Amino acid sequence: MSRYSGNARSIAALVREAEVHRDVYIDPEIFDIEMEHLFPNSWVYVGHASQLAKPGDFVTATIGRQPVLASRHSDGSIHVFYNRCPHKGVKIATEPCGNTGKFFRCPYHAWSFKTDGSLLAIPLKKGYEGTGFGDTEANEGLSRIKNVVVYRDFIFARLNETGVSFEDYFGQSLSTIDNMVDRSPEGRLEIVAAPIRYMHTCNWKMLVENQTDTCHPMVAHESSAGTAVKVWKREQGDSTETPMAVQLYGPFMSPYEFYEQSGIRIWPNGHGHTGVANSIHSNYADVGGYLGQMIAAYGETRANEILGEVRHNTVYFPNIMVKGAVQILRNFIPIAVDKTLVESWVYRLVGAPDKLYERALMYNRFINAPTSIVGHDDLEMYERAQEGLKSNGNQWVNLRRLFERDEQPDVIAVINGTSERQMRNQFHAWAKFMTMDMDKQVEAAE
Amino acid sequence: MIDEKAVTDFIYREAELLDTMQWQGWLDLFHPEGRYWMPLEWQQQDPVLQPSLMYEDLLLLKVRVERLAGERTFSQKPKSRCHHLLQAPQIVACDTAAGVFKARTSYIYTETRGDMLERYSGWASHDFVLIGDALKIKLKRVDLINFDAPFGNIQLFM
Repeated sequence: MSRYSGNARSIAALVREAEVHRDVYIDPEIFDIEMEHLFPNSWVYVGHASQLAKPGDFVTATIGRQPVLASRHSDGSIHVFYNRCPHKGVKIATEPCGNTGKFFRCPYHAWSFKTDGSLLAIPLKKGYEGTGFGDTEANEGLSRIKNVVVYRDFIFARLNETGVSFEDYFGQSLSTIDNMVDRSPEGRLEIVAAPIRYMHTCNWKMLVENQTDTCHPMVAHESSAGTAVKVWKREQGDSTETPMAVQLYGPFMSPYEFYEQSGIRIWPNGHGHTGVANSIHSNYADVGGYLGQMIAAYGETRANEILGEVRHNTVYFPNIMVKGAVQILRNFIPIAVDKTLVESWVYRLVGAPDKLYERALMYNRFINAPTSIVGHDDLEMYERAQEGLKSNGNQWVNLRRLFERDEQPDVIAVINGTSERQMRNQFHAWAKFMTMDMDKQVEAAE
Repeated sequence: MIDEKAVTDFIYREAELLDTMQWQGWLDLFHPEGRYWMPLEWQQQDPVLQPSLMYEDLLLLKVRVERLAGERTFSQKPKSRCHHLLQAPQIVACDTAAGVFKARTSYIYTETRGDMLERYSGWASHDFVLIGDALKIKLKRVDLINFDAPFGNIQLFM
């Protein structure tokens, strides 16, 4: 029985002012609707232009469950396509990245396509003469996704042809990407290695919510970060220098008061970040030579402004998190209602000391790897939630911490850092982007 | 005098300590500057400026071992167990005079927790040094055949 399909009202009813119904996490029908509506209505991260440095370079990705392919054309432009041959549907590229040369060639019947997607050649082409082939979609080549924006080398795409513009969708939230890029003395980031991949047996939204959940680190991570702090205290002897590893783990155990004052900023359309005034990344040791490079590049005032902005986690709705201060992007890729692939990328700050890249790589394997003890703590909680939510005793998830009666949706605000308002913000956006292309259907049915 | 059998016996003993969850005994096999490394690239050369799954010194390995027994370590309720099935180690170097001992061991590793059971295949490369007349691990490198696949939790040691 279909409860939600095509029924915008029943979907919207899953989100109350400060509660959400458990079906958003566990109902396969809701997941299907997310794939058919929410992801195509949203601007989704595809990849980074540094992965497409040369003409013919490509990356593969998914938007929701749609396989896509991004390529660098000979004129330098970047294109995103659905990753299937227009002939029989065979995937054009299966590797995560590579260089295809001057054209893509389908391995099945050797149809070939220019790197802007247009049809280049078909063997034995005369077999299509007089068949009406010229009027078919196949003649157009690879199906192109028209709405693609490359913002400071970050490639985003919106599958649906109409919808919210890139500028309106992200608005001021792009300031986190700006800050991450500005941290390179050359104003440039690059990806030079594969991401850490980690399979999660839980709904993708649990991961997204957790990025701005500041009341869990000192509880859930007592076992990992807490133990790291304890072991270091015992073993440090007369050492005066805190190892990089302990600098990274330690701040997770900061008390509630720290997170309260550090603040959360929310933006329209479900974006938001923790760590406004300061963050768990604020007190890492200085890396020799870096400040000098930044001052030389930007001048003292601007350099201090860039490095003084030490945001914690920025959620870009629907499914990525960016950590500007340690140059990490986590992509929460939905696979099924209870399965999420997390790919955690590290960007190298071009022109900055290697020590910063070393630290970002260390952070990534400490927190985001299948071998990460912090990851083990979190995944255990998600798995328990995925199971526990099947309970019929109470079918609502409570997001009421620091709720205010006059809260407005889709505004910019800075609030107490332990508020659950960013989660409410995400779910407001969730209901909006789930149903925005359903309204007409609903009206027509009435 | 360390002969090839001593190197092989060490590797079997290490697997036994892990399989019987004698974590402290396992840590004692490491040199104070020893490292445990799980690369994330094929034939990876650099553990520091290339991404790895793990690259940990004794301090971090102690954190892991202590965490496994923690009262509030919920990802260990229930506890994980592991099993190492080792091929006979291939001795790469065994030179007491030079103090160089290296071996490479093909393995199948199983980790289980509750109703879950996961299998991994790969190669363990040991690099030893002598402290007195005892072998100690300078580097244990664990290369998975599918290092680039997305795994769930790997909580114990290969």
